[in-house]
Amino acid sequence: MTTQLKGPNHKIVATKQMTMIQAINDGMKLMLEEDDRIIILGEDIGKNGGVFRATEGLQEVFGEDRVVDTPLSEAGIIGTSIGLAVNGFRPVAEIQFLGFIYPAYEQIMTHVSRIRMRSRSHFTVPMVIRAPYGAGIRAPEIHSDSTEALFTHMPGIKVVCASNPYDAKGLLIAAMEDPDPVLVLETMKNYRSKREEVPVGKYTVEIGKGKIVKEGTDVTIIAWGAMVTVVEKAVEQAESKGISCEIIDLRTLYPIDRDIIAKSVQKTTRAVIVHEAHHTGGLGNDIISIINDTAFLYLRAPVERVTGFDVPVPFYALENHYLPTPARIVEGIEKVVHF
Amino acid sequence: MERNYPIKRIIDDTGFFVDTTFENQIDEKLVKDLYYNMIRIRTFDRKAINLQRQGRLGTYAPFEGQEASQVGSALVLKSGDWLFPTYRDHGATLTFGADMTRAYLYWNGRTEGCVPPKGKNIFPPAVPIATQLPHATGAAWAEKRRGTQNVAIAYFGDGATSEGDFHEGLNFASVFKVPVIFFNQNNGYAISVPIEKQMNSATIAQKSVAYDMPGIRIDGNDCFAVYFETKKAFDFARSGNGPTLIEAVTWRKGAHTTADDPSKYRPEKQGNDSVDPLLRLELFMKNYGYWDEEWIQRIKEETIIEIDTAVEEMERFPAPIVDDIFDNVFAVMPAQLAEQKESYLAHLGRQ
Repeated sequence: MTTQLKGPNHKIVATKQMTMIQAINDGMKLMLEEDDRIIILGEDIGKNGGVFRATEGLQEVFGEDRVVDTPLSEAGIIGTSIGLAVNGFRPVAEIQFLGFIYPAYEQIMTHVSRIRMRSRSHFTVPMVIRAPYGAGIRAPEIHSDSTEALFTHMPGIKVVCASNPYDAKGLLIAAMEDPDPVLVLETMKNYRSKREEVPVGKYTVEIGKGKIVKEGTDVTIIAWGAMVTVVEKAVEQAESKGISCEIIDLRTLYPIDRDIIAKSVQKTTRAVIVHEAHHTGGLGNDIISIINDTAFLYLRAPVERVTGFDVPVPFYALENHYLPTPARIVEGIEKVVHF
Repeated sequence: MERNYPIKRIIDDTGFFVDTTFENQIDEKLVKDLYYNMIRIRTFDRKAINLQRQGRLGTYAPFEGQEASQVGSALVLKSGDWLFPTYRDHGATLTFGADMTRAYLYWNGRTEGCVPPKGKNIFPPAVPIATQLPHATGAAWAEKRRGTQNVAIAYFGDGATSEGDFHEGLNFASVFKVPVIFFNQNNGYAISVPIEKQMNSATIAQKSVAYDMPGIRIDGNDCFAVYFETKKAFDFARSGNGPTLIEAVTWRKGAHTTADDPSKYRPEKQGNDSVDPLLRLELFMKNYGYWDEEWIQRIKEETIIEIDTAVEEMERFPAPIVDDIFDNVFAVMPAQLAEQKESYLAHLGRQ
């Protein structure tokens, strides 16, 4: 069913109910139609349409040359994508799960992220790496990692992570049009958890810009991906106790939108950072640094972090104990409010 | 396996034909092209070592002994082809048309050394081992998709065959049948580890069987064997038949780098003149009437002038500017990076 929605500049745009996975599929389809340089490649993405169906139907429409089933070979996928990218194509590589990206880590760290620098921009790699991430779907072990900080630490690659269908499509298209490599983390937990109105045509969500999901006055809660949904549940509970919460969906993990964090924390004077990645070396530390640099003298309480623990992501029988829960987040909120 | 992959030779150590298949394709122009480029890159290489010793260049990875492999193969490339070198392949890149001043700049710690001349598809040297193999496959894949006849060549050493990227690069090339040549220079040692500790296979060429691609083993010190067998592989690729694995058996006469001492791990005698590719070509030229003393004197002098000029240009090259470390990380500099740059430049301004 196509409905109508007001887009930017009050233009009426056609929209459609989509899940996140449908929105991602739609984004790739639009770009394959528009840009001959786009080539989608990865394991099981062609005939099978991807293990999550992100590329469903694309090979049928665009053929085996543009939607390519590759060997089971992460370094091969990223390594050949580099060759394709420096030679005029725009590869969109799927790594089946973020937990399987590590064989390609060397290619990403030593080449994807620094060919531009090494060659003074003579060679560039405008490529996208899509990777489903995160725990909470009772997947087998290793399928549930959230190691975004390994990549935000790496200079030369952008990292984005949407929490909802609209942002997922807009960020993916922006990534596909970016002159530099972008790692697109997709939350498996939210792939099908909700539907929303998504514009049918092409649009982008600017890389590097967060979004205020909900305004509030007492505390800022910063999250991304699957954790935004968990934070929303926590905030319902906190607000019922009379605490006004502002939620930032960071959307881009590198380069981080510092202004949105600074402005919000200056206003609310308190902050809680929520991520499912491990505590030590997690992106939360960088966000604390941003708050330290931009809002230190406004703070009425130390910044709180509610994160995954410094343990490997557990087997699924216990994974829910690893993940931040609404209850843990509410405790974090209360801690900073009642400091 | 060694019997299935005999080392192909066209001339022997004494410079006489042992295989006359290509005899009628060897003419004065080819002989002179090979000799000139080999003299040129050897002089470049020796100069680089001297400059390093004098503190005028950084750590350098010499290729002396591998000139026939690098020149014989790189002479086959045509404009439009792609070359993916390692750090020990400046002989190949210079032969294909890289700028000599910039080759020295690379070893002087300058990114300018990674920028190829306009129209020459020469990738920055791979420093991690074997990572360039999938790149070459990807670039060749792009050429195939565009329907050109361009070919990519990836250079790599014997140690690289132990890396996963060796397999991934060859496997993709084989599955997608792309026009790429995997040119292995088996120089016997990966720093200190000899080939027999690197692998339990008799040859590198035999690994081609696993990918159902042609595998060929050649005497990497015989410039004719290198040239004609590489040409065959390129023609095969240009006609849409896919990749080839070439193993050029050669010898690294010097150290791994100027920071390395091979006497610690390698017997001296192994590197004597019997494996010198340039000497072998000289003997051939004398044996078959190509020796032209006057021409040789002239090109040697010209080469010295060219190299001295390149060194001079390298040393007179505008000093590196600090902005460079920030300016080429992204097309558009993120705000936090711009701030770091500004803050550091301000700091420098206060010093």
